[in-house]
Amino acid sequence: MPDIHELARMLKELDDQLVNCMRCGMCQAVCPVFAQTGNEADVTRGKLALLDALASEMVKDPDSVNDKLNKCLLCGTCQANCPSGVSVMEIFLKGRAILTGYLGLPPIKKAIFKGMLQNPKLFNLLTDMGSKFQGLFTKSANEMLGSSCTRFDFAGLGGRHFKGLAGTPLHKTIPSLDTPAGASGKRVAIFVGCAIDKIFPTVGEAMIKVLKHHGVGIYMPAGQSCCGIPVLSSGDVATFSTLVRQNLKLFEKGEFDYIVTACASCTSTLHELWPDMISDDSLKPRLKKLAEKTMDINQFLVDVIGVQPLEAAARSKKVTYHDPCHLRNSLKITAQPRTMIKASGNAFVEMNNAASCCGCGGSFNLVHYDVSKKIGAEKAANIINSGADIASTACPACMLQITDMLSQANARMEVKHPIELYADTLA
Amino acid sequence: MSHESLIKEFQSVVGTDNVLTSETDRHTYSYDAAVLDSVLPAMVVRPTKSEELGKVVKLCNDNGLPLTVRGAGTNLSGGTIPHPGGVVVLTNGLNKILEVNEQDLYAVVEPGVVTAKFAAHVASKGLFYPPDPGSQTVSTLGGNVAENAGGLRGLKYGVTKDYVMGVDFWDVNGELIKSGSRTVKCVTGYNLAGLMVASEGTLGVFDKIILKLIPPVKAAKSMMAVFPSMLAASETVAAIIANKIVPATLELMDNFTIRTVENFRKAGLPTDAAALLLIEVDGHPAQVEEDAAQVEAICKQNKASSVKVANDAAERDAVWQARRDALPALAKLKPTCVLEDATVPRSKIPAMIEVIEEVSKKFDLTIGTFGHAGDGNLHPTILTDKRDAKEWERVEKAIDMIFERALALGGTLSGEHGIGLAKSKYLINETSAGTLAYAKRMKSVLDPKGILNPGKMAG
Repeated sequence: MPDIHELARMLKELDDQLVNCMRCGMCQAVCPVFAQTGNEADVTRGKLALLDALASEMVKDPDSVNDKLNKCLLCGTCQANCPSGVSVMEIFLKGRAILTGYLGLPPIKKAIFKGMLQNPKLFNLLTDMGSKFQGLFTKSANEMLGSSCTRFDFAGLGGRHFKGLAGTPLHKTIPSLDTPAGASGKRVAIFVGCAIDKIFPTVGEAMIKVLKHHGVGIYMPAGQSCCGIPVLSSGDVATFSTLVRQNLKLFEKGEFDYIVTACASCTSTLHELWPDMISDDSLKPRLKKLAEKTMDINQFLVDVIGVQPLEAAARSKKVTYHDPCHLRNSLKITAQPRTMIKASGNAFVEMNNAASCCGCGGSFNLVHYDVSKKIGAEKAANIINSGADIASTACPACMLQITDMLSQANARMEVKHPIELYADTLA
Repeated sequence: MSHESLIKEFQSVVGTDNVLTSETDRHTYSYDAAVLDSVLPAMVVRPTKSEELGKVVKLCNDNGLPLTVRGAGTNLSGGTIPHPGGVVVLTNGLNKILEVNEQDLYAVVEPGVVTAKFAAHVASKGLFYPPDPGSQTVSTLGGNVAENAGGLRGLKYGVTKDYVMGVDFWDVNGELIKSGSRTVKCVTGYNLAGLMVASEGTLGVFDKIILKLIPPVKAAKSMMAVFPSMLAASETVAAIIANKIVPATLELMDNFTIRTVENFRKAGLPTDAAALLLIEVDGHPAQVEEDAAQVEAICKQNKASSVKVANDAAERDAVWQARRDALPALAKLKPTCVLEDATVPRSKIPAMIEVIEEVSKKFDLTIGTFGHAGDGNLHPTILTDKRDAKEWERVEKAIDMIFERALALGGTLSGEHGIGLAKSKYLINETSAGTLAYAKRMKSVLDPKGILNPGKMAG
């Protein structure tokens, strides 16, 4: 481990960005984690002060600062509401990278990131095996939601009602696609994303069905890698770079007008983090080009294809929508998913605080399940109180969390992606 | 008592989870929103019950530990920066609205209730709590009372002190002191609630606060008037008041702020305007129409080049968006943003504007000015980078000069941000040696060991 002065020197690189925080504390109003704990170290102002203190060697406990820094959903609500426009996400991701570089990755993350994620074939093989054997350890918790809980008492799972791996992942049913533009004259690349491939393949299938229906050509190459957000948020810049390079190579082979995803986190990662966080400057222009073409699937269908809302049919169900942070805060996409729900002929009902985070936050859920659960329970209550029959959201990570929370609240409702609802109405 | 046994004592009062002692946690309570150096406390304690708060205060006093109460830590004068080795007492575990009385128009709250949440709660009952400090979405009512926080509605509705009917507080011995009442009239004993207002945590620790509520306004109308000079805008302010109209809000923005906000939002503000007045009149619908028409006419008589009256909610929102954007837009220009609140009698606004221009030139500093013109409470905002030592020296001199001139104009050091650490050295310039000695004598009796927020205000 290099000495602490070296760490301080590295963190000084963030000084120009850190100094923009005027400590006004307005982030306390919007941070979902702070709302639960009330601890300053859990809110952005506190975390920025700690990075600053570590850089100036006022605080000399990098392990502890790293723990505080990681207790964050990376939802970006603070940045979207920051009066002085501090680049919070960039600071946090770079801060995590610097601290991880200094402290090293925990062995389990190292094994998963370096051993599995970097190798899409192995990742697929392992999860394919997992999907076959998971029934041995889990049992159904809520048929409607399709959630499971453990058959035995695993302390590590914290009583979760999780969505298991899909029986057949998308890469098995539809390994790849390469079709020409149809009536729309458009051709898109599909970036599938791990969660859709392995847990929610129906979302991927719905996306393909809808694109075909609208005469959109599809380029969906086999062997796609993870978008990199899980490794980047754990500070593993090296694996992030490997994953980005693998994807860049794959997608540069195709010709398409847009690259679409049905995952809010993948969309914002491709759009913002690929060009911003890649360490190799020579790749930036190429990644920028991809980023400019990146669109959320709802955004593409509404803004480019022109899908229109319908009058709700007489026997339609009531659907409410949760705004995924990575669509709302990073990309300012809130209207299009709602339009897609209305276009499905269902009745749309707005819930209270649709814009507040569901509490998932990727690995935050794994490490801080107690806080994650409290935030999620509030979301579940808002969903249930909306009187909806179906909870919809445009991010598989939010779908996982909301499924868990609704299942634990014994709610009798389904969780669906807007694209699934829309696809259901097509012949 | 050793440090370890003290920690155990506090833990036995508030529970283990509510005592924070790690260096990392303590560092996050070493600052507030003022541009001042951090000071590390020895521990941070979060009582969640009234009795716990009383015991914590007594424990601090028994052990001679400096105690700084902290709500949301949004103070702009360093009032919530702890004393070295002291105890930070958080109020966010005491955040219950205990009562909203719709017959008698008052509410009883714990000190950690967030201002905007409280205002929204009473609004849901059809009542109105007017004080709206800039930090209201996070600031606490305890902090608002301790600092006598103001806001945009000060001109017509007054500030926090005008809504405090009573404060129950803990003295240093852990005795609960009762003051004020739930009645409109109350002359029972000293006005101790009044003494607590703006006391900055130096005289007692608030346990419960009784706040006055009023009926909500029925109608409001907003407008934006464009002026060719600051003088014309200031004369308009004087003319509106002279015509016996008291707008709910009367805000001013200078040319630099207008240009910065326009660059930030691109909402079509007139960037060549020397000044903007943003005005809202409220009350009964008929009176609002009449007042709005009269204010519009007064603006035009006083050389306003245009007056835009908001005709619907969206237009009204656009007017106030410009004002809300002022601080964020200025703050984005430079890393450090020093927001001052020296206040002058409202007739002295033109003179104060000249002072700020002079200061800006003399010390070669970028200063954007906006603020509550109706109350004479301007916010000259110095944009700088605290890492630039030479410029920072000039900033300090500029602040000295702003205070000196504001006082010479018959003004005051602070309209709404408090004295805290930042302005305590100027206190004597506005008051007198005798006044400070009086304050210190009072403090020495009420807090003989000097544990309550030492170093703030009179020291």
